[in-house]
Amino acid sequence: MSLRTPLGRFLGLGSAHEGASHWTAQRVTAVALVPLTIWLIVALTSVPLADHAAVELWIGRGCNPVLLIALLFAVTWHSHLGVQVIIEDYVHGRHAKPLLLLVSGFAHALLAVGGVLAIVRIAVRSFG
Amino acid sequence: MHSRPLSPHASVYRFQYTMIGSFAHRATGVAMAVGLLVLVGWLVAAANGAEAYAVAVALLGSVFFKILLAGWLLAFCYHLFNGVRHLAWDLGFGYEKPEARRSFRAALIATLVLFVVLAWLLFAARGVAS
Repeated sequence: MSLRTPLGRFLGLGSAHEGASHWTAQRVTAVALVPLTIWLIVALTSVPLADHAAVELWIGRGCNPVLLIALLFAVTWHSHLGVQVIIEDYVHGRHAKPLLLLVSGFAHALLAVGGVLAIVRIAVRSFG
Repeated sequence: MHSRPLSPHASVYRFQYTMIGSFAHRATGVAMAVGLLVLVGWLVAAANGAEAYAVAVALLGSVFFKILLAGWLLAFCYHLFNGVRHLAWDLGFGYEKPEARRSFRAALIATLVLFVVLAWLLFAARGVAS
């Protein structure tokens, strides 16, 4: 869906490509993160965090791995979009801007994949 | 591509204290982006077994990290409540100046209250990673 006028598009003003979907994804992930982050922090208050067995048990139990993976996807995506806007706004170097955007994008992708893999490993252990 | 004026045009506006609210939203967001490293590191340590986890607990239990964790908790509380303000604006509510100022103050108060409650539950009531 495009909300732009044909004239605006012709003149090349405003968002270049996918500006609206970036904006929407930022809000959708924000809405998802409100309950997910509150759930995580409140749940962690009753987990003995220094006890590895207890932490492992909690991560793998019931819906926890599902919610944790959902949280991880939402938070890395939300963070990626937010950091991207900040780099675009404040870094204007011809090389620094694309380089930082690339580094931030890769870092967020690695965090998402690494975190999800860790949760899956724990979940598989506790199912098996 | 011809050069266009680049947002945000922060320097062209007269300073208003509600600007701090907007800037703090970005600052707390970036701080928490760095904090993601700790969240994922914690998960990976837990997945790698008891020995790796013991190292993470020793690290996260240090005074340095406790201060950082408290900072991230405060950043989270602020970003949460100010984020709700942003979502309300996106739905078209609360744009009038008095409303925006009122909601900013309300977000600050809510931030402090939630931070104190969560910090007490996480740290004081039984201590994070200790």
